Amino acid sequence: MGKKDLISITDFSKEEYLKIMELSQKFEENPSQSLLKGKVIATLFFEPSTRTRLSFESAISRLGGKIIGFSDSNSSSVSKGETLHDTIKMVSNYADMIIMRHPMEGSARYAAEVSDVPVINAGDGANQHPSQTLLDMYSIMKTQGRLDDLNLFLVGDLKYGRTVHSLLMALSQFKNPIFNFVAPPELAMPDEYKLFLEQKGIRYFEHLEFNDIINQADIIYMTRVQKERFIDPVEYEKVKNIYILKNDMLANTKPNVKILHPLPRINEIHTNVDSNPKAYYFTQARNGVFTRMAIISHLLNLQ
Amino acid sequence: MLKQLNVSAIKDGTVIDHIPTKALFKVVQILKLDEFNNMVTFGNNLDSKVMGTKAIIKIANRYFEDEEVNKIALVAPNAKLNIIRNYEVVEKRVVQIPEQVNGIVRCFNPKCITNAENVSTKFQIISDKPIEMKCYYCEKITYENEIKIK
Repeated sequence: MGKKDLISITDFSKEEYLKIMELSQKFEENPSQSLLKGKVIATLFFEPSTRTRLSFESAISRLGGKIIGFSDSNSSSVSKGETLHDTIKMVSNYADMIIMRHPMEGSARYAAEVSDVPVINAGDGANQHPSQTLLDMYSIMKTQGRLDDLNLFLVGDLKYGRTVHSLLMALSQFKNPIFNFVAPPELAMPDEYKLFLEQKGIRYFEHLEFNDIINQADIIYMTRVQKERFIDPVEYEKVKNIYILKNDMLANTKPNVKILHPLPRINEIHTNVDSNPKAYYFTQARNGVFTRMAIISHLLNLQ
Repeated sequence: MLKQLNVSAIKDGTVIDHIPTKALFKVVQILKLDEFNNMVTFGNNLDSKVMGTKAIIKIANRYFEDEEVNKIALVAPNAKLNIIRNYEVVEKRVVQIPEQVNGIVRCFNPKCITNAENVSTKFQIISDKPIEMKCYYCEKITYENEIKIK
């Protein structure tokens, strides 16, 4: 049996998504585990990402494992000019699994080829960040009780936002999703994803701003509209306030609707939403620990 | 015929015809003809009824496996191979774009790991016409007009 890695969200089958959901719930119910007792997990962060690293390290600790690694490449031999190949070869001798973040795209897939132990991609440049998608799915599953028949609003930067692309790919495996894309033309959902949905016969609608149909939403997934994505700063100024979610906009939304956001938030969700029970982004981040416990134990065949 | 006057005939070997003029040296690079010891003759900017101008390569005493020669389809999709034995064309072959392309083309994405470290590229061909190839590592698509030989 070859080792199993998680590099892209499409590396997992629908059955595996469901297994991760089930395991996440189990770990949430009982977060103190000893499945990783005697095991060493390496967290290699070639660029800093405090949130993701702490979430993974919390997951490892709750599974009873030990952690080795570094939190930015200045404190590793990379600063001496060591290649990614050699770093991975060396660390795979020391650890039972490698969790890595790296600024170059495709670096995680390459590391998985080089490594003798399983690799989890915790972000390779703008390419993939599959554990984020799985925790998004778990948050949806937990709040809606299902991953089928959902009306999803994806809002903000739909062009460059890797989280929305991965979520779209993963949820397209489930029955009857409806996607509503809310974005300025500069940041619209790329054609390749729309074509993908069309080929699968999945309904989607595009909107330039929030409108009344948000009241049909089960999930509102917010992302950041970043100024640096705009070539013309005037265009940014024009749209920057359109994609801000405010509390009064939620007045007539469905009782089950939840607001998700991969965080960090800048201003795209007004702070007056935070106390609304429909706001879910902070709990979503908490769910990440249980989902990451599930991913680690699944890849190491501990469950 | 005029082209035979421009590029002399070979007794045995392979003639690669209908190469786009701009692709001649890319074909040379892909087939590593610069490392050959056999006699190789080139012609470029030759008249072509079909293409306007074209390039041609004649390689003496050398025959190619399909797998080897199909690689040139990336830059010369309409290339034709004539297999020559004793000055006669004994077989004509066309090139086919392979499903997978390993180690020839550079990934267009400057942030791809294959452009940062000594990693051999791997692509899956997702469209033939025009050529679109997906990088196995960064998952980005390199389009026909961006193809650069590594």
